[in-house]
Amino acid sequence: MDNKEILNQVQEIFRDILDEESIIITGDTTANDVEEWDSLTHIQLVVAIEKHFKIKFTSKEIVSWKNVGEMIDNINGKPK
Amino acid sequence: MSIPTFKELKKNIKKDLTSIPTIKVALLGDTATQFLAIAIKGIGIERGYNIELFEADYDQVERQLLDSTSELYSFQADYVVVFQSTHKLLSTFNETDVDKQRNIADDRLEFIKMICNSVQSRLIYFNYPEIEDAVFGSYTNKVKSSFSYQTRKLNYELMNLGQLYPNLFICDIAAIQNKFGRDMMFDSSVYVTTEMVLSIDSIPYVASRTIDIICAAQGKFNKCLILDLDNTVWGGVIGDDGLENIQIGHGLGIGKAFSEFQQWVKKLKNRGVIIAVCSKNNEATAKEPFEKHPDMILRLNDIAVFMANWDNKADNIRKIQSILNIGFDSMVFLDDNPFERNIVRQNVPGVTIPELPEDPGEYLEYLYSLNLFETVSYSDADADRTKQYQVEAQRVTLLKSFTNEDDFLKSLDMVSEVKQFDKFNTPRVSQLSQRSNQFNLRTVRYTEAHIERISNDNNYQNFSFTLSDKFGENGLICVIILEKKDKETLFINTWLMSCRVLKRGMENFTLNTIIEYAQKNGFKKIIGEFIPTPKNIMVENHYQQLGFLPLNATGQNLYVLDIDNYTSKECFITTK
Repeated sequence: MDNKEILNQVQEIFRDILDEESIIITGDTTANDVEEWDSLTHIQLVVAIEKHFKIKFTSKEIVSWKNVGEMIDNINGKPK
Repeated sequence: MSIPTFKELKKNIKKDLTSIPTIKVALLGDTATQFLAIAIKGIGIERGYNIELFEADYDQVERQLLDSTSELYSFQADYVVVFQSTHKLLSTFNETDVDKQRNIADDRLEFIKMICNSVQSRLIYFNYPEIEDAVFGSYTNKVKSSFSYQTRKLNYELMNLGQLYPNLFICDIAAIQNKFGRDMMFDSSVYVTTEMVLSIDSIPYVASRTIDIICAAQGKFNKCLILDLDNTVWGGVIGDDGLENIQIGHGLGIGKAFSEFQQWVKKLKNRGVIIAVCSKNNEATAKEPFEKHPDMILRLNDIAVFMANWDNKADNIRKIQSILNIGFDSMVFLDDNPFERNIVRQNVPGVTIPELPEDPGEYLEYLYSLNLFETVSYSDADADRTKQYQVEAQRVTLLKSFTNEDDFLKSLDMVSEVKQFDKFNTPRVSQLSQRSNQFNLRTVRYTEAHIERISNDNNYQNFSFTLSDKFGENGLICVIILEKKDKETLFINTWLMSCRVLKRGMENFTLNTIIEYAQKNGFKKIIGEFIPTPKNIMVENHYQQLGFLPLNATGQNLYVLDIDNYTSKECFITTK
């Protein structure tokens, strides 16, 4: 799966979890850009993404991402 | 039905809640509880309650509970939920001197006793899902100062405390971990990033168990289990396969799954859940296994109402409801056939209808996960309930043979024992206040502790009534609590009656008893109040029918009866 496809799927997860259909994310998007994305919804997003891609992030990874792009690189770097 | 996901619960709280009743709940935890708070509100809405939640700041359990001037006490919660986590208990344990680690459970129990005494509302306390710290291996069982030993002791002693303090309800979240495992219960990345010790998947289950207790205390709980027969109670189709070939009984094969399912049903029956049958079969064919099959656990005398015919199941469940006189929302229907489940679901709203797994071997574990039969009381009388409903069916048959209702009532030879509340009847009085929804004028719910307090308070006069007739005992079926407003006025704080004694003249007998007491003690008038709920419409005109006059000025449903002009009402019940 390429990063673009992953981004599309992650966007769907964002819309679903944050309950806001109009959310559009790019690699540069950060928590500051999305109103509903706070420290608590963040973990909800992480758990939903883990389930969707059947992967597990380490606690260190979860706090390391500066934007959506870094998270997607992280997803793509996980062994399938 | 299934437990909603956290995401679904979060969406619930955006709904309009103006039309549903509010319950005030305080939540205190020693770890972050934001998600649990959302889930408790969300599940509350699923069950028809707007949970007004006070969420204490992080790790404020001791301060909020021990300081009588805290926000917690000024909030005046109906329920206080306390979640002290095993995780934090383990930290405390780890920081404690080795020689004092054996006191960890006792120290915590002392604290819980203290809060039981200071919290006036109902207290819901989470027990402790175990964390095995693997310091001793299995040898931990021999070491009093090990963490496993202390946690298990704590859970065991919590059960004893629950019996000691009527207002303490243990929410068994350890049972959730037993069912799903620690890896489902706890998610290390959630914990590391948020200080929450419950995973997002486990939170709805924990919230659901919490609300189960609240619903039960509010009188909303399942009282009746309705069973399909073929492939639900036994394997195969009795009409096609015949008595010898249905699958039931121990040994290899699927028969034992049905035997164990029946054992579960039998335990529920013994606990006081009413068991009914609803099956598409000829009645005689359907009854045959109950009468003749050596491996059947359930027998005909376990079944309160037996409906086997070829009508549709929605109609049959309506018939069962009219015989038992309980709400559809207190009924659970189990059927292996998704088609039948859907028909009932679409036509009889309110009935709980679990999506039984396809494999009968999985029925029980699935049903365990739903916690369908929460309760906040249990008394010995519960075990007789099925018998009472069976006797009721006999009475209905006798009534049909009389043309005059008075003649019928006389023929019953009814006797009532009138008593004040005492330590023997307190559990049943409290339970009846929680169970009665229809014949209940003000729907005030009482715990055993409340009832004890009232019976020791001179401002109150109380009566409990039993009723027996030639068919058998109904047990304690009516409760009256009178408040002495002033020298001349008695206010009927509580008048409730079990629906199984409707239309026997018990209302007249009860009023005669109240008036007799009032006259002896110099009271001049009695005031009654009707507080409407969605379920008590049947007593809307109760006081008018008994000759009370409306107290119009107040705008409330208040009624007054002048004692001096009262003539004793006719009834066919004698005092024991």
